[in-house]
Amino acid sequence: MVQRKIRVLIGKPGLDGHDRGAKTVASVLRDSGMEVIYTGLHQTPEMIAEAAAQEDVDVVGLSILSGAHMQLFPRVREELAARGMGDVLLVGGGIIPADDMAQLESQGFTKLFGPGTNTEEIAKWIREEMERRGDSGGDL
Amino acid sequence: MEAKQNIVERLRSGDRRAVARLITWAEAGDPRFARALSMFYSSIGSAWRVGVTGPPGAGKSTLVNELAIAHRAAQKTVGILAVDPSSPFTGGALLGDRIRMEDRTSDPGVFIRSMASRDSHGGLARAAIDACDVMDAYGFDEVIVETVGVGQAEYDVVSAADTVLVVLCPGAGDGIQAMKSGLLEVADVLVVNKSDMPGADRLIVDLEEAVELRSRKPAGEWTVPVVACSAGRGQGIDAVLAAVEAHRAHLADGRLEARRGEMREGQVRRLVHEGLESELWHGHGYAERSAEALESGAAPYDVAGEILAEIVGRLPGRGTTRTGAAT
Repeated sequence: MVQRKIRVLIGKPGLDGHDRGAKTVASVLRDSGMEVIYTGLHQTPEMIAEAAAQEDVDVVGLSILSGAHMQLFPRVREELAARGMGDVLLVGGGIIPADDMAQLESQGFTKLFGPGTNTEEIAKWIREEMERRGDSGGDL
Repeated sequence: MEAKQNIVERLRSGDRRAVARLITWAEAGDPRFARALSMFYSSIGSAWRVGVTGPPGAGKSTLVNELAIAHRAAQKTVGILAVDPSSPFTGGALLGDRIRMEDRTSDPGVFIRSMASRDSHGGLARAAIDACDVMDAYGFDEVIVETVGVGQAEYDVVSAADTVLVVLCPGAGDGIQAMKSGLLEVADVLVVNKSDMPGADRLIVDLEEAVELRSRKPAGEWTVPVVACSAGRGQGIDAVLAAVEAHRAHLADGRLEARRGEMREGQVRRLVHEGLESELWHGHGYAERSAEALESGAAPYDVAGEILAEIVGRLPGRGTTRTGAAT
């Protein structure tokens, strides 16, 4: 019997040490039935992408409060692509201006959630997006 | 255009994404895993598999991280499988063992995979053994499986290892608690972690006594050593590794083959069990039949007895059954 579970990696790139948001989102996604790998603070984009590749996740969630999102998101995307994971869903949260959000989302497979987002909404969005995609565990 | 390279070829050629995807298939019960395994099964067996278990908070992840560092210093590659429990209510899981191992992520000689215990009805043991087989086939010298020692499925997982470390620490129950939990029986090496904390000496003595009480074994059998370490400070790791090496040496002369053979037999038994249950229950309507019988007031043993008699009666070369079917 094939039973796919949605696997999510939550990473905190960069230098800021505020991980409460990341932990909250991790808990919400777990409570909605997903398997969430939490990797802790101060991750480099390389570390996040490598962990995502080893864990074979469907979604990578980044929490960025340092203001470096315009550098970090594209770097993580590049590092994922370099590992054959260019189509992984990239989800982000933090203090990100609307213009930046639009620009990052235009790069594809990306969704950003600002402060005050209902956390259930994040889980719902991921689930719907995964359903739309169908079998994500296909041949490499 | 040439067909895409087969996943097994990619595994053999050192592609880590192939390791990751094969483990995903194993976890999902995807038939593509079984097909891949038959292609690489003959080439596995060279990795040494160490199971690490113990109560929550004993310092298992920290110890595994230190073991990985020591193996890397000795130029050996390491595959790590870290199992954490799934919520029985939502099926979700928060897998946090990587946090204590994250410095290893960028090391190409280390591969870390987190696994949720999911429903544990045989599925965990199956997927964990499969993951070890994949990491073995990839060519890791050492494979370490870490799991919380709480239930039968987790017990099955570590029992599948060549050497089982049971990690305990002072302050988390005494040696008697450890004996009660059945953890001591699965241990090949007992590790007292956080040995710099008060109560460590007492725990060591307790465990040594417990081991002695249990060791009314014929000469030449393995005596479980009690090893102290402080993984958080990187102390005593050599002693843990030396104990693993001693156990490995002990398993030479056919003992390893016997142990692994037993493990594989258990694996086949579980696969047949799982397959049969799913086939009978969902493919042959026994779920509905038993529900109907129960509804009409029949006692569960009678319902099970009737179903068993029917199934066993159809088996070729019918022998005796040792089930508790009502007669």
